[in-house]
This record gives sequence, C-alpha cells and structure tokens, in this order.
Amino acid sequence: MLKAIYSGSIDYMQIMDENGTLDSGLVPKGLTDQMLVEMYKKMSFARALDAKTLSLQRQGRAVTYAPLVGEEAVQIGSASAMRQGDIFVPSFRQHGVYLTRGLPLEKFFIYWRGFEEGGAIPKEVNGLPVIVPVGTQVPHSAGIAYAQKYKKTGAAVIVYVGDGGTSEGDFYEAINFAGVFKLPLVVIIENNQWAISVPRSRQSAAETLAQKGIAAGIKCVQVDGNDVIAMYRATSDAINYSATGPTLIEAVTYRMSMHTTSDDPTKYRPDADVEAWKAKDPIARLMKYLVGKGLWTDSMESKMQDEQLKLIDEAVEKAEQFKPDPRSMFENVYSFMPETLKSEEDEAIAAGFWQG
Amino acid sequence: MNTNMLGAINNAMDLCMQENSDMVLLGEDIGKDGGVFRVTDGLFDKYGAERVIDTPLAESGIVGTAIGMALAGMHPVPELQFASFMYLSFSQLVNHAARYRERTRSAMSLPMIIRTPVSGGVRTLEHHSESPEAFFAHPGGIIVVEPSTPYDAKGLFIAAAHLNDPVLFLEPTKLYRLFKQEVPDAMYEVPIGKASVLKEGDDITIITYGTMASIVSDVVEKKKVSAHVIDLCTINPLDEKTIIEGAKKTGRVLVVHEAPTSFGVGAEVSARIAEKAMYELDAPIMRVASPSFPYPFPGYEQYYLPNGNRIGSAIDKLLSM
Ligand SMILES: Cc1ncc(C[n+]2csc(CCOP(=O)(O)OP(=O)(O)O)c2C)c(N)n1
Ligand SMILES: [Mg+2]
Repeated sequence: MLKAIYSGSIDYMQIMDENGTLDSGLVPKGLTDQMLVEMYKKMSFARALDAKTLSLQRQGRAVTYAPLVGEEAVQIGSASAMRQGDIFVPSFRQHGVYLTRGLPLEKFFIYWRGFEEGGAIPKEVNGLPVIVPVGTQVPHSAGIAYAQKYKKTGAAVIVYVGDGGTSEGDFYEAINFAGVFKLPLVVIIENNQWAISVPRSRQSAAETLAQKGIAAGIKCVQVDGNDVIAMYRATSDAINYSATGPTLIEAVTYRMSMHTTSDDPTKYRPDADVEAWKAKDPIARLMKYLVGKGLWTDSMESKMQDEQLKLIDEAVEKAEQFKPDPRSMFENVYSFMPETLKSEEDEAIAAGFWQG
Repeated sequence: MNTNMLGAINNAMDLCMQENSDMVLLGEDIGKDGGVFRVTDGLFDKYGAERVIDTPLAESGIVGTAIGMALAGMHPVPELQFASFMYLSFSQLVNHAARYRERTRSAMSLPMIIRTPVSGGVRTLEHHSESPEAFFAHPGGIIVVEPSTPYDAKGLFIAAAHLNDPVLFLEPTKLYRLFKQEVPDAMYEVPIGKASVLKEGDDITIITYGTMASIVSDVVEKKKVSAHVIDLCTINPLDEKTIIEGAKKTGRVLVVHEAPTSFGVGAEVSARIAEKAMYELDAPIMRVASPSFPYPFPGYEQYYLPNGNRIGSAIDKLLSM
C-alpha cells in the first residue's frame, strides 16, 4: 500500500501592500487609526534610535552594534500586539521591541556602551536581556511558556529568532517541546534574508521557514514582515490562540544595513538587492496610508522627529554619566560570596584593579 | 614573508590544502566573506565552494559533519566563528572527537583541525572573548594548541595538518593583527607538545601562552628582570620537561594566563611543578589570571583582564620572597 498520509500548506499574509493599500477584509477588528499612528511613531522612533546608536558606535561611544533598519514592522507590529503581561525573549537586534515595551532608553544605551547594568531589564518591561548566542534563547522561551501554563498566568511568551537561528538544534528542540507540551508560545522568525554573509537559501532547502513548524506539529504562517498591520494581526492571532498551543510566524523582511558595525556587506551582496527592497520600506508604506487618510502631515512629522531626537539625546546623556564600579563584577557571580572569590576581590580592590 | 598571525594561518591553510586535496574548510561566513576576521580570505576564490564551505548556522552540525568527514578519509578544518559558539558543539567534541581513537583501539581516528578565535582585550560584545582551553584539554584525546606568534601559528597548523588526530587550534583574536614577523614561505612544522622558551633568565620563571605571552615579555623587558619565560604553545599534551626544568632553574614560578584562575591551565601546571620540583622552589608558585567568573561585557574588561601592572606586582612579590 502506498498512500499520502500528510500534506501541509503555508499561508502567506499581507494586509497592507507596498503602496499602503489595505486588504480591508483582513484588517483586524479593534485596530484603530490611532493605533496605527502610534505604530508609525514607534517605527520612526526605532529607526532614529538605530541611527543614533550607529553614530555613537562610529565615534567610539558604543560597542559593536546590530542595526535594525528595515525590520521595524516585524518588531513594532508584533510588540504592539503583546498584552501587558506577555513576556518577550529577544535575540540581539530587537531594539524596536524593547522600545515598544517601554525599556528606559538610558538602559538601552548603557547596554550598548558595554555594561551589564544595561542588562538589568526592569520587571515591568517583561522581557529578557539581549541574547547573543544564536538560537539559544528559543528553549528558554519554551521554559518560560511552560511556567506560564503551570502558574496559570494567562500570559503568552513571544520569542524572536533570525533566519540563521532556525538552523540551530536549539531552535528545533524548542519548537518541538512547545508542540509536545502545547505551550503558550509565539515564535517569530525575523527572516531578514541574511545571517551575516550567508543568504537565506544557504540556511535551508525548505521553501519557507514557516513550514518548520509543521514538523513540530504547531500552527505556522508566513507574513509580510514589512507590513506592520499583518505583523500585528498575526501576532494577535497567535497570542489569542496561545492558551491552546504555540504558533510559528515567519516574518519576511530584509536587513537593509550591515550585520553589525564590524561587518562589510559589500563583500558578499550586491547593492542592487538592497535597492530593490527599498521599495518595500515598512515605514514609508504606513506613512503613505496615513497621509492618504489625512491622519499624518508634514508638520506632525517634524514635530515627532524633534521630540524623539530630544528623548534620545537625553537618554544618551544620562547613559554617559553612568560610571562602572568593577566591584559589581565580583558581587554578582553568586547569591552569596564564596571565600575564594572574596579573596580575589580583596586583592583586586587593594591594588586598585591594577589600573595605576 | 613578513606577516601577522592572520596571514600566517591563512598561508598555512593554503599550503596544506594544496598538499592534501582531501582537506576542506567548513564554517559560518568563511567562504565569500572570508571569515569575520578574514582568516580564510581568498581561499574560497582559490579552492571553490566544495572545499571552502559556507555552512548553515549550526555549530554542532559543523563539528559533527567534520567528524563524519574525518571518519571517511578527509581532513576537515571546521571553523567555529567564536569560541563561545563552539560550546554548541561541546557534545560532538567531548563525546566523539575526544574518544574515537580510544574507543576503537585506533581502528578509527579523526584527522581534523578545529579552529576558533579565543580570548579578549578587543572590546567585543558578550560571548566573543572566551578562553576555553581548559574545558577541551581536560577530557584528554583532543590536542589543544594556542600559538602566540605568526611563526608558531603557521608551523603549528602545518604540524596539526600532518597529524592523524583531532587538534583544537585556538587563535587569540587580539594577536591576529597585533604584530608582524618574518615567516618562511615554505612549509615547516613547529612541533606539537613542545613549549618554547621566549627568553632565558635566572631569577624567575614565567610560564604563559596566548594573549599573555607578549604582555609578559613587555613587562619583563621594562622591569629588566632576569626572567626565564616559557610559552606553552601546546596546552595538551603539556611539555612537562620544559616546565619542570624551567621551574628548577630559578626556583620561583609565576603562571600567567587570561582564562579564569580557578580550575585553569595554571592549576595543572602548578600541580605538576609541585609534584616534581617542590623541593627546588624558593617560593610558593603564583598565578596571575582573570578572576574566577565568566568574561564581562566590554565596559568592564579592563578591570578583568590581567595586565602589565598586575603581572609586574606579582613578579616583585615573588622576587621579594
Ligand atoms: C551560536 C552562534 N553562532 C554564531 C554566532 C555569530 N553570529 C552572530 S549573529 C550571526 C548571524 C545571525 O543570523 P540570523 O539568525 O539570521 O539573525 P540576524 O543577524 O540576521 O538578525 C552569527 C553567525 C552567534 N552569535 N551565535
Ligand atoms: Mg537573518
């Protein structure tokens, strides 16, 4: 006997096209114009924050930095759909998620100046600090989701991972756990087409990354990641479904800039590819829609920009006042101070950390 | 040729790939991009995508696949982009690479060179400054080398390529471009398992390797102490003979490394000296190493890394005993 016992398919969702035209039947109920204006402001804010951090890095005032430009809709669309108690688990490029979730900007800049104090995420932000080892955060998100289910908090967990990250064993193990235990987890693959110099086609022979969820027995969908409305809708749907089980969302977007400030993309990708994606810009698209509906004007734009730059500058100033205390390294290794470590600390303090 | 360490390793790989058509390189961003540090620059153009393989982002897959290649008669050179990310292949290294020869009574072996950048001092993000040598020296079965000069880097790589064993080849990031040196154009080997004496001296013996070697040499020169300085070059197996002779020669021993103090290579070196040269020592063995916790974010690294001042005061203390 030979018969097909399984066949799957993946939906692709786009609600607002490149010209800012809506597929109105798909617009989620409850999404108001005011909310769209808010998302527009957040996306613009994220881009301004990104530009500022890049320039600080170039001046030696920030460490190696991974820009988000081009990926604002993935981050702001999904984060705007989170409810107060939902918990997010980022990778290292999700600055827009932090911004939307209200991380004090000063913390953001302390992190990118290279201090652990920037990793002390305030409780109300409900998220984890930056995670650098690619894909390793996805199992954590499954564990956090298990805890939500166990403690009946009703919260969903939203985790971000790159297209490259989906090649790691940890990614597969985590979505498999999520499926087996029907965890309240939303896995967002921020597919920006590149993992440093390695293109999406080198990560997987699968046609979509979304379909990896099929093998884990979880819901999965591919979304236009430059469409903030589709990102909002897909994330909201997944959060609403989270009491029943996990969802995998592949957000298709593009890394418009370098991988990090240490990277030179001209070595491996043609500028023309980047140019082609400019036409799909997530912010320009929403702006077209808002302007068309009379919800946004030039004067609103310039007022917003001024306000945002002011907030950013204030935060940078505060962050630059932060002075590291090297004793804090020793004092935060364990919940108690072992004698062996104490003697290392005493010796370092007595010697002024050998800075003289 | 006059080259830095990065160029020396690139040249060694080039020569070994010419010599052995079964040698392939595999890793993340090593092809078109030439590696994030450019160590493999030019090799993709020269040898093509079948021998310089840009892999998916999966470290356990990279090392595990390399083990399979080695079992099937190839000589793979997997690159782990940073040492931290090698930890994702820990099981492949410790459960398999370390054991294959032993568990088959040498019926099978794993000729492979696992390359990865190590150590800090260059203000990188979290997880880009690990000094992992002790983890991988500990189980036995994996040879661990860590050059501190361009000359040693080329010669150790070539020696590793001629060996029928897994060799973990640790490349201090900070030294990639720190200085240049005259290096022979042709193939040559620096013997694995042999330490090098960087400087002869009579009053104190300093045993070090990796990023600390050049810092120790600078301090010794500045302080004008008569120091006998040993660069281990190979961490596993240790060159016990050179270590013990060095310890006996001066009777005062300082071990300096960048990895955390506790349970590190310094502990192993000190234990061997205590076992074999205790009665010839005039002072307790001292260690200068990073404090006993993981490498901090870049803003704190200056307070974490052993520096010249710290090494200098340890030398003073030992000499005053
Ligand atoms: C486990 C691991 N391997 C390698 C790296 C080095 N590295 C940092 S980011 C990156 C590419 C990540 O690509 P992707 O997952 O698509 O995320 P993106 O950078 O595009 O946001 C690599 C290889 C790492 N941080 N962690
Ligand atoms: Mg990517």
